Order: sequence, then C-alpha cells, then structure tokens
Amino acid sequence: MAVKVVQRPQLTFWEKLYIPQILCGLRITFRHFFRNLFLHIAHRFGRKTDVRAGVTYQYPEELRPLFSRLRTRHRLMVRGNGAPRCVGCMLCETVCPAKCITIVPAEHPDPDVEKFPVRFDINLGVCVYCGYCVEVCPEDAIRMDTGILDIAATSREAMKLDLHELMNPELRKPVAACGLDFPHQCGVHGGELRGSWEETLAALTHPE
Amino acid sequence: MIEALLIKLVIAAVVFGGVLNLAGLHTWVERKQSALIQDRIGANRAPIFGFKLLGLFHAVADAIKMFTKEDVVPRGVDRTLHALAPFFSVFFALVAFAAIPFGPQLVLGERVIDLQVAKIDAALLYIFAMLSLGVYGVILAGFASRNNYAIMGSIRATAQMISYEIALGIALIGVLMVYGTMDLGKAVEAQGHTIAGGWIPLWGIVAQPVGFVVFLTAALAETKRLPFDLPEGESEIIGYFVEYSGMKFGMFFLTDFLETILVACLATTLFFGGWQVPYLQPDGFHFPWGAELPLANWIYVLLGVTSFTIKVLAFCFVFMQIRWTLPRFRYDQLMDLGWKGLFPIAVVNVLVTAVVMILLGGGA
Repeated sequence: MAVKVVQRPQLTFWEKLYIPQILCGLRITFRHFFRNLFLHIAHRFGRKTDVRAGVTYQYPEELRPLFSRLRTRHRLMVRGNGAPRCVGCMLCETVCPAKCITIVPAEHPDPDVEKFPVRFDINLGVCVYCGYCVEVCPEDAIRMDTGILDIAATSREAMKLDLHELMNPELRKPVAACGLDFPHQCGVHGGELRGSWEETLAALTHPE
Repeated sequence: MIEALLIKLVIAAVVFGGVLNLAGLHTWVERKQSALIQDRIGANRAPIFGFKLLGLFHAVADAIKMFTKEDVVPRGVDRTLHALAPFFSVFFALVAFAAIPFGPQLVLGERVIDLQVAKIDAALLYIFAMLSLGVYGVILAGFASRNNYAIMGSIRATAQMISYEIALGIALIGVLMVYGTMDLGKAVEAQGHTIAGGWIPLWGIVAQPVGFVVFLTAALAETKRLPFDLPEGESEIIGYFVEYSGMKFGMFFLTDFLETILVACLATTLFFGGWQVPYLQPDGFHFPWGAELPLANWIYVLLGVTSFTIKVLAFCFVFMQIRWTLPRFRYDQLMDLGWKGLFPIAVVNVLVTAVVMILLGGGA
C-alpha cells in the first residue's frame, strides 16, 4: 500500500516567538490605513482622484459599472413617431419560459402595418431574466439594456409593467399618461381606440 | 473648603466628561479605522442639516437608538441582579479613572492643585481592585440572565480576566520596584529623570521593556476585545450579555471602550511617562545639548495635559489597530499564553529587575 507522507508546515523560530508576526500583521494594516487615509485627504483636495481609496461603491449615489451584456429591466423600442416597434408577433410570449409576458395584439389602423400591441405586460415578479425574448424578437423591439437593477415593489401588482413603463423606462407607476390602473385599458374597445393610445395612433393614421 | 470641593468637582467633571466622550468617539473610530484598514469607506450616512462630518453623528444616532430601544427582560430572571450587572460594569470601569493623574501640579496663586480626581497613596492597588471588581458585572450578567449560554460566556470571561490579572499584576511589580511607589502621581514624576547624558528620558518602557510587553498583552486581554474576545465574540460566540437589550446592552458596550481607555491611560502613566514631555522640567525645557527654555507654570501644565492626552489617544489608536489586525485566539491557546507564556516571563522579569537594581546599587 502506497503511503504518502504529508509534510506539515513547521513554524520557524521567528514565527514561534509570535511577537514579530504580530508586527508583520500590524505592518499590513498600518500600510492600508495610511494609504487610504492619504488618498481620502488627497481626494478632498481634488488630487489623485483616479485612485480609489476604497473598493466599495456608495451605492445609491454611485452605481457600479455594469457590464454591457448584463441583462437588466426590459424596455420596448419606440419608432420615430412614438409608436412601439413591436409588431405583435407573439414570439416572445411563446418563447418565455416563465410565461411572464402577456401580449394583446390588434389590427393596426394603418394598412401598411399589420399588427400592433394594445397590451404588452411583463410580470417582473415572475421573469427569470433569461433574455430569450430579446433573442427571439425579429424586430429588435424588446431589449434588456436599461441598466435598472433596483426592481423592487411593495406589492405583486406593482411588479407588473405595462406598455407605458416598458416604453419609458424612467416611468414608474402610476402612469399619468394613461390614468388607469393596471392592466391599462388603452386599446380597442368596441372597435374604438381609447386611452392615451388614441392620440398616438391618431397622429400616426392622420399625419397633420 | 467649598472652593476645594468645587475644584474637585470641576476636575471630576473634566475627567469623566472627557472619558465618556472619548468612549462615545471610540464607536466612530472603530468604524472608520476598520473601514480604512479594510479598504472601505465606513459609516457616513447620518447627516444633521446636510452635514455628515465624516459620519461623526453616527455615535449620536447610536446613543439615541440605545436609549429608545425596547428593554427586554427575559421571563424568570432575577430582575434586581439583571438590572444591576451593567451598572456594576460601567461603574467600576469609570471610578478607576479617578486615580489617573492627567497633568502636573497646577499652581493658582496660593493653591496647588493636583490634576487627579483622587490622590490615593495606593493608586495602583485601587485601580487593580476596581478592574477586578469589574468581573462582578460580567459574572452577574451571566448569572442573572438565566441562560446557559450566558453563564458559560461569563465563566469564560471570568476565567480569562482572572488569569490575565495575575500576569498583569506581576508585570507591574517590576514597575513598582523601579519607581518605589504605588502613587501614580509620584511614579510619573519619577519618570522625569533622564539617562545617557540626558538624552533618553527614563520612562517605564526604557526601564521595563519586557514588563511593558507583558502588561500590554495582559491588559488587552482584560479589555475583552479582539484578539481576546472569547467571552463575547460579537458575531459568532454567544456571550454573557445575550439577554440584554437597549441601554443595558449599551452599557456593556460602553464598558469595553472605557476599559480600553483605562488601559491606555495606565500604559501611558506607567510606561510612557504620563504627562511628562521629554526634556521638560517644571521650570522649562532643559535640552541635552545645553539649550534651555524657561516656561511659566500654566504652560508647563498645559503641555503636560496635552502630552498625556496625545499619548492616550495614540494608545487607543494602536489598540484599535491591533483589534483589527489579529484573529481570535482559541480558548486553550488563550490559557496557554496567559499561564505558560506571560506568567513565567513576568516572574523572570521581576527577578531580573531585582538583580539589576542591586547590581546598580539603587533601589530600596
């Protein structure tokens, strides 16, 4: 049977004395202390600002640099005229593994555009941030590049985003433009458009 | 008579006000110093009217929190002892400061004032008595909490404090032999002498370097802070004050800082010349190269008090640095260090001191 002899590290004489080792440890902490103290004072006078004095970030004021591939809160891309780029093809809703996307498409008044979403809701409380919706979209209409990480709410309802919030990532509930509770009622009601979409689509279908 | 009483009251107010504020400031120093050591920023989120002042108001916020928090007393505890224990701890830590001389004698007209709350002949014994009585607060806290973990924590604390008090006491016997007095005021005055042609002030650290190292180690163990924080162990070990909340917990917290300051004061007084400034005699500076600079009494006193304060603050800083440098001992290592390390070294130190003193022909 093979025997492996493990060499345990033995303390040297100086290490056994203990006090020199304490001084070594103190040297490290003192070095950090005075380096950071010097840097903090230098920063106060506007010097050496390229060297950080701490590795921590002061979070709400100072955001961490985000990697460009990081998947953050969704947004819907907007055409030049203010309408969503989404064509209501339902691919993202189909591919979503968490089934957090709800799309209600409608026929577009403009015969050149086939469909448009009257409702596009994402339940962020269910979303797994897999990014499949972004991958699958043929129109590049949905992206996950807002950089919004602080997705938090006090109720499940508030975790659900509607079309307005998805198109304007700065918006938070309640959305004044719609003036209606979630799920918002913008859309076709008995063959008529209602809600804030009325203006958008009116401008779209009857330019000037 | 009234005047003498008033003077004493003022001195007491200055000492205790200073000490308590320094203890409060320690919470800030602890946060900021550890932050700098660990490449962090530290607490900086307690603005008053928009002024953050480097997070200094966190100490105020802490105090308000401690005072307004619910004070939970567990069911079935001895309520009297449970309430008394934190007061014992703080009281004995505070009264020990009475015997620390923080400045030379101040001459105001006819009156000579000792800058010391209580001029006690056996000041050293008094401080040790108070330090030892501090164990009562600890053991009462564990005993009255009716919690097995608390009792075990207090037993650990008691064993540690008693073990290290022996090493502490013997380390100071060497100092006693050198100065020949228990009076801390006289001990500080004795450190005003110089050796080596007047170049080196004869402070305790020059006369008793080994005693200083043993004293410092044992004194750190007395304060129950890292690396000797086995009685409590902030985050991991259940200590003797688990069952305390609100300001009662705050008092144990305060006691730790008070003891740190007390140890810093003791180390300054006994080993770093107390309020002595190098080359400063009561009538002014006497430099070894022959220059002299006569000074008035009040400047001498002011320099002395400043010197004492700076030394104490420096010691507090070093203690804090050690606290954030070293990891915690294992309990058997702690006992080994106390009984097999410091105790024999201290005894040998006393013997060597005695022999050297006889050879030099000095001493009593």
